[in-house]
Amino acid sequence: MADLSSSIREEAKKLLKKGEADVIIGFEKGSLPLCATPCFIRNEADVEKLIWNEFCGNNLSRYLIKAKGKVGIIAKGCDTRAIVELIKEKQVQREQIVIIGVPCEGMVDRKQIMMRCQGNKITNVEDRDERLLITGDLLNVAVKKDECLYPGCQVCTNRNPVMYDVLIGSTSEEQQTDEFTDVTNFDGKSSEERWEYITHEISKCIRCYACRNACPLCYCKECFVDTTQPQWVGKTTGQTDTLLFHIMRSIHLAGRCVECGACERACPVTVDIRKLNRKMSADVKKLFDYKTGLDIDQPAPLSTFKPDDSEEFMLDI
Amino acid sequence: MENKDTNWEPKIIAFLCNWCSYAGADLAGVSRLQYPANIRVIRVPCSGRISPFFILSSLQNGADGVLVSGCHPGDCHYLTGNYSARRKFALLKSQLENIGIEEGRVQFSWVSASEGGKFAEVIKKVTETVKALGPAKRLVKRCL
Ligand code: SF4
Ligand code: SF4
Repeated sequence: MADLSSSIREEAKKLLKKGEADVIIGFEKGSLPLCATPCFIRNEADVEKLIWNEFCGNNLSRYLIKAKGKVGIIAKGCDTRAIVELIKEKQVQREQIVIIGVPCEGMVDRKQIMMRCQGNKITNVEDRDERLLITGDLLNVAVKKDECLYPGCQVCTNRNPVMYDVLIGSTSEEQQTDEFTDVTNFDGKSSEERWEYITHEISKCIRCYACRNACPLCYCKECFVDTTQPQWVGKTTGQTDTLLFHIMRSIHLAGRCVECGACERACPVTVDIRKLNRKMSADVKKLFDYKTGLDIDQPAPLSTFKPDDSEEFMLDI
Repeated sequence: MENKDTNWEPKIIAFLCNWCSYAGADLAGVSRLQYPANIRVIRVPCSGRISPFFILSSLQNGADGVLVSGCHPGDCHYLTGNYSARRKFALLKSQLENIGIEEGRVQFSWVSASEGGKFAEVIKKVTETVKALGPAKRLVKRCL
């Protein structure tokens, strides 16, 4: 990944100087190796803090909803897709934001690297083009970046920003992944096997709601899991209550999920949340010919309908 | 508890829209048509009124099957309620099957106010399917 940090800093400086933005949302160096931390830059002197590397996975559009004034935001492909949906849902105004688009080459999954290092303490990470050189007290390994990408990044077909005011660097080559093979593979399993898999994943969930809180599209002032009148979902971490939470969340996000992977990154116990959301994305594509986050003028699939929508799922009598 | 009872009869919650399917059920009744007595009817103003929560709550609270029925496309009393519902139901049904809930536990159909015969057929078919699947176990909330 070419070093884009300096161009990002320059752009940020320009925006702050000209008063085109009151705050820039970007990343600064994290306090641990393999991490970058979201930061809010309000004056020119601080722009030096801004960085860009393969650990800038967080979806910063999450912060736009509460932002006040003019906001500049550093956004990769998935962040811009979330912004498109947020504008469509009238949570963010286009005029309020300046998008500094950054073409992405996939973000590296910290948890995968830590697994490879078998829990040994990592003290330093060096960027060597395609590889990362990881060192620690008992450690000295080189890891190929594209072998450790987030699951979502591995199948992402929109790495370049879909909407931006300024573009940093040159566009990335888009992956030509065979779309939704993961969903098709899972569909191929028997109902029993799927149930086994899902209940095993769900059994790990501690209902901390980090997945929801990290999600850029889960901005509801009161989420259904927090309401008590009526209380649709029980508060326990038992199987059915937890499952209901995840089913309902996937339904709420159907046609809105941009597959940025924020939920999975946030999850402390690596629940495979994607299994549910990807299925909805595949269905929305197949049934309603809709791909989330690409077209600002196309209405969200569940806010509209066609008289001849598929009825294949209905009773045939 | 395992249900070993051979005389087991499924409990099926039927959400019927006020303007078509509920009237269709009424017609089946006044026409003296026979159909299985396994359904518990809940009348709703429109199939568009039905939230996935209703369906999931039914399953969680011990229903063996759920049927949702509304007006045919184009006949909705509120013009488009059933069109919106159709998209929502397609996704919910697919997601339930994706996570491993047996196909057939949750079913959807259109029955108009003049289709008393169809109503009876639908109930027969749904009851048969759910009976074949056996008691619902997967989403039921049990006391430990
Ligand atoms: S899970 Fe649903 S109700 Fe909760 S915040 Fe997300 S969209 Fe809103
Ligand atoms: S972040 Fe993980 S553990 Fe927490 S509620 Fe979501 S899935 Fe469950």
